[in-house]
Amino acid sequence: MSQADPFHFYTRLHLRELTGLKAKNLTELAAHLETVPGSVVYHHTHHFLQQHQYLSPEPPNDFAYWVTEILQDKRLGERLASINTCDFKTIRELREKILSTIRGYLEKAKDLREAPEGEEFHLVKSISFVFPTPYSVSNLEEFAAVLKKITIHSIYFHMFEARIRLEKGTNDFSLWLEGLGEKELAQKIARLDPYTHTMEGLRTKVIQLVENRIRKAGRG
Amino acid sequence: MHALKDYESVVGAEIVEELRLLSEKTKGLKVQNVNSTAVGGGVAEILNRMVPLLRELEVDARWDVIKGGEKFFKVTKKFHNALHGKAEEIGPNDFSVFLETSEMNNRSLELAGDILVIHDPQPIALIQQKNKLNAKWIWRCHIDVSQPDERVWNFLRPFMDRYDGSVFSAPSFSQELPIRQFLISPSIDPLSDKNKELSEETVRGILEKFQIDPEKPLVTQVSRFDYLKDPLGVIEAFERVQKNVDCQLVLVGGEASDDPESVEVLARVRERAAGNPDVHVLAIPSGSDLEINALQRGSTVIVQKSIREGFGLTVTEALWKAKPVVASAVGGITLQISHKYSGLLCRSVEGAAYAIKQVLQNPEYGKRLGENGREQVRQNFLLTRHLRDYLLLFLALSHEGDIVRF
Repeated sequence: MSQADPFHFYTRLHLRELTGLKAKNLTELAAHLETVPGSVVYHHTHHFLQQHQYLSPEPPNDFAYWVTEILQDKRLGERLASINTCDFKTIRELREKILSTIRGYLEKAKDLREAPEGEEFHLVKSISFVFPTPYSVSNLEEFAAVLKKITIHSIYFHMFEARIRLEKGTNDFSLWLEGLGEKELAQKIARLDPYTHTMEGLRTKVIQLVENRIRKAGRG
Repeated sequence: MHALKDYESVVGAEIVEELRLLSEKTKGLKVQNVNSTAVGGGVAEILNRMVPLLRELEVDARWDVIKGGEKFFKVTKKFHNALHGKAEEIGPNDFSVFLETSEMNNRSLELAGDILVIHDPQPIALIQQKNKLNAKWIWRCHIDVSQPDERVWNFLRPFMDRYDGSVFSAPSFSQELPIRQFLISPSIDPLSDKNKELSEETVRGILEKFQIDPEKPLVTQVSRFDYLKDPLGVIEAFERVQKNVDCQLVLVGGEASDDPESVEVLARVRERAAGNPDVHVLAIPSGSDLEINALQRGSTVIVQKSIREGFGLTVTEALWKAKPVVASAVGGITLQISHKYSGLLCRSVEGAAYAIKQVLQNPEYGKRLGENGREQVRQNFLLTRHLRDYLLLFLALSHEGDIVRF
């Protein structure tokens, strides 16, 4: 194992800011999605991860949920739910995919469903506050120990926000592990689809991968 | 009063530790809250719990209350109803009364601090002192203003627009405003008498005290006797359920006060319930928190069939007790319940009846909804999350951008 700088754990807390914008049908939603800040798209595709840490409702992103449950359009709802967020490196790309899915559907749609009064889609944005925590680690044993006690908000920050919002290409854990010479472990963590895990499930999975590696190296 | 440490057993030590970490950035801030009443009502309840915890986190928080006579509060009650979209007769004299009392408060109430948090419309005109202080001003609106009466809304707008930011409880309450609008959900205190764990004997004892059969499935709605809570609709839905399931209904709320509307609604509910021995209408003194807690815990399903709702803290309380909840898709309720995941949403008497029946007939399904609901509350609607949002709000006022790094 090679030397690397210690890994500093950060945490991320968020506050929701209202835009005052709402959509009662898909045309209005698409129009807003073209102009709102990326932090709005980010909020509606990610907040469920932190809000439902034990069990995720289906479909998970707000666009898919609204289209399925409120507009009662299961076909488009399924298409939106199945957009694989992992495939996108930036919020811009993700926004484009959501928009093209809705636009493609609108071109063929015969009737435009309207949300009942009071159940319009309200566009909300997410403001992130990123803080250093007191935890920093230099090896796998320390890493596993902190993963067990850090908040889910910290794991969220390093696994999700760093990759897609801060556009680092991959998650922070994998970046550090690469530097540590743990290429295989880094890749295993990067390959997880974190969007299909609950946050607690993801914590368990990452710890498991790290502990397996420790055992394999004969240090466990 | 509880200390932060006491919440560790409920939310986890790491969440409390994170709050302390965050509070290093807000340490020493002077924050003054102003509302219109020191006791009674949700706002006073939350400030009572929040202010000591903010102080424990070294925010210099204080709380003051404006003064006003009977005339003023009659007018603000009308404003409250009108902002909820209810038709009210409001004349020029009402606006004058509001302005006169506001001016009196502006002369007598001493304001100081880095941040002023003004709660609800009653003290909104304190913003007229904005130029006197070098502070950030927040208007915290706790009510459902999704379809406000235009006269009242337009009357309040010039005050609102002068604030540095506003806070609403649900996305549907926001309008396009020239100021920043934040979304902060209210919360419940898991350690309070209304929400703490109770033994089975206590629950049973309280049910029996109200002559409720502990063995029979129980449907409950907890809310004040108000048309906006649709108690008559609940009875109608219940009677549809009763055709197929042997069960009982409890409608429990505060006893008739000097509010004439509440007296009238209670009388109509009693009249409607007469003749059905399985419908219990309980008007109990305010502050009967243990009783409410026990009634919720003793219920099989909890209903909140409101026509309008600010946030619906009774829904939060029910979810926290891991009860399946059937509630109208209005106001903040849709933030708390994801349909078929953490409860069931309805939009009509028929829909409510169908959902109640589904849960009563399928206890395992109800149990799953309840458990998801409890976790949903644990993550999002407890006092510790509320406290965190307030600290973040304070930081947002002095930091630009959508990603703030420390």
